[in-house]
Formats: sequence, structure tokens, C-alpha cells
Amino acid sequence: MDNILKIENLKKIYHTKYQETLAVENFSFELKRGEFVAIVGPSGCGKSTILSILCGLEQKSDGNIIIDNNINIGYMLQNDALFEWRNILNNCLLGLEINNTLTEENKSYVLELLKNYGLYDFKDSFPNNLSGGMRQRVALIRTLATKPDILLLDEPFSALDYQTRLAVSDDVYQIIKKENKSAIMVTHDLAEAISMADRIVVLTKRPGTIKSIYEINLTNKSTPIKNRRAKEFSYYYDMIWKDIDYHV
Amino acid sequence: MYSDEHKKFLKSIKVNNFWVRLCQIAIIVLFIIIWQLLANFKLINTFIASSPKLILNTLISLFKEGNLFKHIWITVYETIISFSLGTIIGTIIATILWWNKFIAKVLDPYLTILNSLPKVALGPIIIIWAGAGINSIILMALLISTIITIINVYQGFIETNHLKIKLMKSFKANKYQVYTKLIIPSSFSNIISALKINVSMSLIGVIMGEFLVSKEGLGYLIMYGSQVFNLNLVITGIFILCVVSAIMYYLVYYLEKRLIKGD
Repeated sequence: MDNILKIENLKKIYHTKYQETLAVENFSFELKRGEFVAIVGPSGCGKSTILSILCGLEQKSDGNIIIDNNINIGYMLQNDALFEWRNILNNCLLGLEINNTLTEENKSYVLELLKNYGLYDFKDSFPNNLSGGMRQRVALIRTLATKPDILLLDEPFSALDYQTRLAVSDDVYQIIKKENKSAIMVTHDLAEAISMADRIVVLTKRPGTIKSIYEINLTNKSTPIKNRRAKEFSYYYDMIWKDIDYHV
Repeated sequence: MYSDEHKKFLKSIKVNNFWVRLCQIAIIVLFIIIWQLLANFKLINTFIASSPKLILNTLISLFKEGNLFKHIWITVYETIISFSLGTIIGTIIATILWWNKFIAKVLDPYLTILNSLPKVALGPIIIIWAGAGINSIILMALLISTIITIINVYQGFIETNHLKIKLMKSFKANKYQVYTKLIIPSSFSNIISALKINVSMSLIGVIMGEFLVSKEGLGYLIMYGSQVFNLNLVITGIFILCVVSAIMYYLVYYLEKRLIKGD
């Protein structure tokens, strides 16, 4: 597998009136095509910062991000951030409208996605009429609509209750694999990371640097929910928990 | 079909609403009857307290002279002009402030001062500059409604959910796209409720203006009445004003209901 994204010595400093905070330092990392990587770490370690920089929402302070010009990045937030005044279809078309790429072809691609993931019947409904899990799937389709090669998922399920969270992470994982996307997911849920990712990057507490990287090899690897039954699951859980260096 | 318990519940809501409405009507009817009785038995001096019958007579004579609708129309016309201009200008200025944070910061203290200043104090200056006529009245009302619109609408703009803005930026939206696709639709209900405040504000401005200068309008009617010590005319003017302002408020209220339901 070839690399689709390379990050070298990324550094980020936040400035406020009274202090500067070193959020991320010496972060080097490569993402392979089709790979699903999870980033975990103590809260405030700059996990989300890395995604924001990759997506262009924030400026890096130093370091290199090497990425092909034709590689398209899609970003999915913690909150579905659906626009209440647009119906589901128009919410999904938002990115295309902004990029001026709302062609018939792209529209039928979105309709296809809605059909495949059980939301076609709701395309004329408004977000308020959908459950949290459905809304999150709509948010994913909105991101997929612009045909990104790399998906950045910023704690995408943290706003959902536990059962919904399991079900939706299963859905989202399968959608991402089926559409053959590479993905970087930031999460604070270790079980979620182990059940979904091919590799897990553990960050130290602030300033976030890489503490360790785990290749996740589970026997009979399939969907996230089933992966939780793999016998190596608790082994990884233990190792990563110790690495995270959590203090109350 | 509903269960009996649910039917009971629905009925209790209906009964409650009925009593509320009945009491509302009873208050005004009793008020008018007592007022009239007190006047009939000479317990109050109708020269300074007037009476429902005298008010009705004044209304009829105003109507017969052909002045009633002229006065109402003038006031309504001035209010509509200043209300619409105030809303448009206020929204445009709010947009400029949102677009350019620097301008917003620079103008912030001036807006605060202008907002807290009782605009009636500017009346004499406005009259000298714009002339003693309808222009002054509209300018006065415009001043009040524009400033309140700027503040309310701008507040709505900057309170837009920051996650939604982040989402727009992740799609590489430019500022114009953020404004048209997110800021305007999400502040829509704010703008509508600014309209509701604006109707009353414009009316206050217009009446204030008419008190200072005018030869027509409801404000003039009240002012003229007090100058010639015709309390019937004063109270009739206030009564018409009550009706006019209620009608205008409910028009905007229904507009709000329609528009917010419709999106």
C-alpha cells in the first residue's frame, strides 16, 4: 500500500493574550491508502488540532504536510451540524453547492448513497424528524458527497448515546470500507478505536507527541461490533490504557 | 381513537382556555360599564375623565368630518415607512459589522451610546435639520428602529452556531457563502423577532415625532386635544392608537408564524 498522506514534524502553538501553549510537537506520521487510523490520547493533547490543521481550518506553526494536489479531504465533526432549515437531501448537497460542483451526476451519486444507507425515504424530511444515529449518517453522506479520498473524523460519535454509538460506528465503518476511503479518526474511546482502526496512534499529554503506534491485528477481523469479541481485544485495551498515562 | 383519560385531558385544556378568554372579555366589558355608570351618576367628572359614550360620540363626529381615517392613515403610513426603512438599513449595517470585525469593534461604543440615548432628545435638532413636517417624524422613528435592528440582528449573526461555521469552512466556503447559506437562514427567526420589536419602536418614534411637530396623525390628535383641554379627543386618540398598534403587532406576529412554519 502506498502513502496517501505524510506529516513531518508537525508543530502547533496556540496564542492567547496571556500565554502561548504548545499543543502539538514533533508529530510525524504516514497514512496508507485505504487505511483506517485512530488517534487516541489524554484530553487536551491536541488530537483534534491535528485534524483541523490537515483540513485547513487552522494554520500549522511548523513542519510539513505532504499530500498530492488531487487528494480531496473530507471532515466530519463531533456534532452533525445539520442545517435545520434544509431537508436531508439539501443538507447532503451543501458541500457540492459550496464547491460549485452540483452536477446531475454528483446529485445522483448522493441519492445513491442515501439509497444504499437507508435514508432515501427521508430525503425530503427535515433534520428534526431524524434520530441522532440517522443524523450522524446524514452527516457522513454530506462529507462523502464531495468524494473525499481521506476522511477526517473528529470524535464523530461522542454526541450519541451508547447503543446508538455502537450501531452507528458499525454503519460508518462499513460505509467507509465499502467506499474505499482512507480515514483518520480522533476519539477518546479506546474500545471504539481498537474495534475500528487498522493502526492506533497514542499521543502523550500536552504538548502532544507520538508515544506509541499499535498495529491492530485481530483474529477474524470483521465489523467493529464483532471485533470487540476478538481475543486480542483486551490485550490491546490494556496496553493502550497504560500508555495513555491517565491521571484523575 | 383516544382513551377516555386523554379525552378528559383535552377537555380540561379546552375548559381552561375558555375561562381565560371569558375573563379577558369580562375585564374590558366591566371596565367600560363601570366607567359609564360612574359618569352617568356623576361620580366622576366627565370633563377630565370622559366616558365611553362621549368617546363614541367623538369617534362618530371624527368619522363624519372625514378626519378619522386621515389621521389613522397618516400615522400608519409614517410607521410603515420608518419600519421598513429601519429594518432594511439596520440589517445592512448589521451585515457590514458581521463582515468586518474591525469596523464592529470600532463602532461598538458609539452604538451603545446611541442606543441608550433617549432619541426624543434629538427631536429639536432633527426638526431644525429636516424641517417641521413628515420628514422629521419619519427620521425620528427611523433613528429608533434602525439602531434597535442593528443591535438585535447583529446579535443573531454572531450567535450563529460555531460548529456550523466550522463545517462551512471545512468545505472551503468563502465569506459570501457563509453569509448567504448559513448566517442569513440561521438568523431568520432573530430577524423576524426584531421586526416585532421594530413595529412598536417605529410607532413610538412616530407618535413622539407627531407630538413635536405635525398637523395630522394620531399623535397630533392627542396633542391637540390636550392643548384645547378636550379630554374626549385625547382618550379617543389613545383608544384608536391601541387598536392600530395591536393590529400592526398581530400582522407581524402572523407573518412570523407563517414564515417560520413555512421553512
